[in-house]
Amino acid sequence: MKMIQCISPKTGGTLEVLGMDVETRQRQIKSRLGVVPQETNLDPDFSAYRNLLVYARYFGIPQREAERRAKDLLAFMQLDEKRDVLIDKLSGGMKRRLIIARALVNEPELLILDEPTIGLDPQARHLIWEKLRSLRAEGNTLVLTTHYLDEAERLCDRLVIMDHGKILVEGAPADLIREHAGNDVVEVERTKKAVARLDDLGVNYDLAGDVLQIFTDRPNDVARELLEVCRHEAAVTVRPATLEDVFLRLTGRSLRE
Amino acid sequence: MIDITARVQSVWRRNWDAFLRTYRVNFIPPFVEPVLYLLALGFGLGTYIEAVDGIPYPVFIAPALVSISVMYSAFFECTYSSFVRMYYQKTFDAIIATPVSIDEVIAGEMLWGATRGMIYATLMLPVLLLFGVVAMPSSLLLIPFAFLAGLLFAGIAMCFTAITPSIDALNYPSFLFITPMFLFSGTFFPLDLLPQPIQYFALAALPLTHVVAINRAITLPAFAPLNLFSLAWIVVAAVFFFVLAIRLMRRRLIV
Repeated sequence: MKMIQCISPKTGGTLEVLGMDVETRQRQIKSRLGVVPQETNLDPDFSAYRNLLVYARYFGIPQREAERRAKDLLAFMQLDEKRDVLIDKLSGGMKRRLIIARALVNEPELLILDEPTIGLDPQARHLIWEKLRSLRAEGNTLVLTTHYLDEAERLCDRLVIMDHGKILVEGAPADLIREHAGNDVVEVERTKKAVARLDDLGVNYDLAGDVLQIFTDRPNDVARELLEVCRHEAAVTVRPATLEDVFLRLTGRSLRE
Repeated sequence: MIDITARVQSVWRRNWDAFLRTYRVNFIPPFVEPVLYLLALGFGLGTYIEAVDGIPYPVFIAPALVSISVMYSAFFECTYSSFVRMYYQKTFDAIIATPVSIDEVIAGEMLWGATRGMIYATLMLPVLLLFGVVAMPSSLLLIPFAFLAGLLFAGIAMCFTAITPSIDALNYPSFLFITPMFLFSGTFFPLDLLPQPIQYFALAALPLTHVVAINRAITLPAFAPLNLFSLAWIVVAAVFFFVLAIRLMRRRLIV
């Protein structure tokens, strides 16, 4: 991500952003990018509004134009009321929204977001998702990294799953789910009877802790078989497969530190 | 190659805006410091000192007070304050995501440190005039010279900031470099009272010595050929540390 933003030197190969080489045309690239860093680095010496004005100045945007954009962006991000409030007094969700507003101040052609909703409560996340979707609907290109797979599933048209710096799969979320996890998942507690029945049926299953997961296109049939053997002993649930299933199947369950 | 364009002013302006937002507290030191020093040292302790080289003691220390204030304001701005912006507030990270280069960020910080020194010298001037310890109009030269001297101390400070592992470690240059300079640069007593080797050391390695010499020449006024050597020393050192600070900072920040 930092190499795309022209902050870190590239370690090898070729890298072009917006058709320009990252080594020779850093300023041109940066002037057309919007960056939402993972770390909140708003300027604590200023209010929300002044943060946008000061940032606009780094792009060389004239004062009057900057003021107009800052007002519009505060309104867009629902921060009107916090206009003159210092950064320290803003909640986590407001800070993230303000950072997104800041990244839009130069009307970027490409918006790069690094974990945009990390550490936020559900309301704050949903508001940010709504704003990102409306940006996308206006035709903006967004590149985002996230560990929240529900976030990726909701926001992304195209998705790349990476592990240890290598691309594992690439595609639309729905396609990836269908391809790597199937339509549905049946989950049942791991009991001897359940395991025996699944073996009899010749159905493949994954082990996730104490839960058996069966990825299948015929969830009702599998569930019925399982209910017969373990009706009173273990709960059987059927749910649609998610990106999280894809991710865990592809990258394994061991902790990555 | 150092990559600096007009965008450097946006970094300087950021600090100027922040300074104005808290101007009340920022304006205290340049008004209060000279009054305290002049009363305690100049007119208190100074009553036991008839004159230094024929100069009344308060008049002798007045240019030193300006020099010290410029040194402190520029040095502390580009050590502790810059370190806070770089390390804790991540302000530098935020700026280099824009078309502003890392060189411009560091240069802007140093130019701001120099400006702060100049602001302090400007604010001190009326106080010193009120006490009748500086001559006019020559003392107006204190103001532009404060920018040059400020740039020198800002550059030295930024070099320390670039290599310091933590904010606490900045106490080393503050106490082992700045404080001795405060006392042994011809500030409160003439340099020639010291043993000769120490005099040479002060002239070679303590920038404040040269700053005090020039400020004293300005406020008396009494210019001597040796002042040209001091001026040259300051210009060369200011350019050297300016460039060195940018290079050291690149090494620290480009990862």
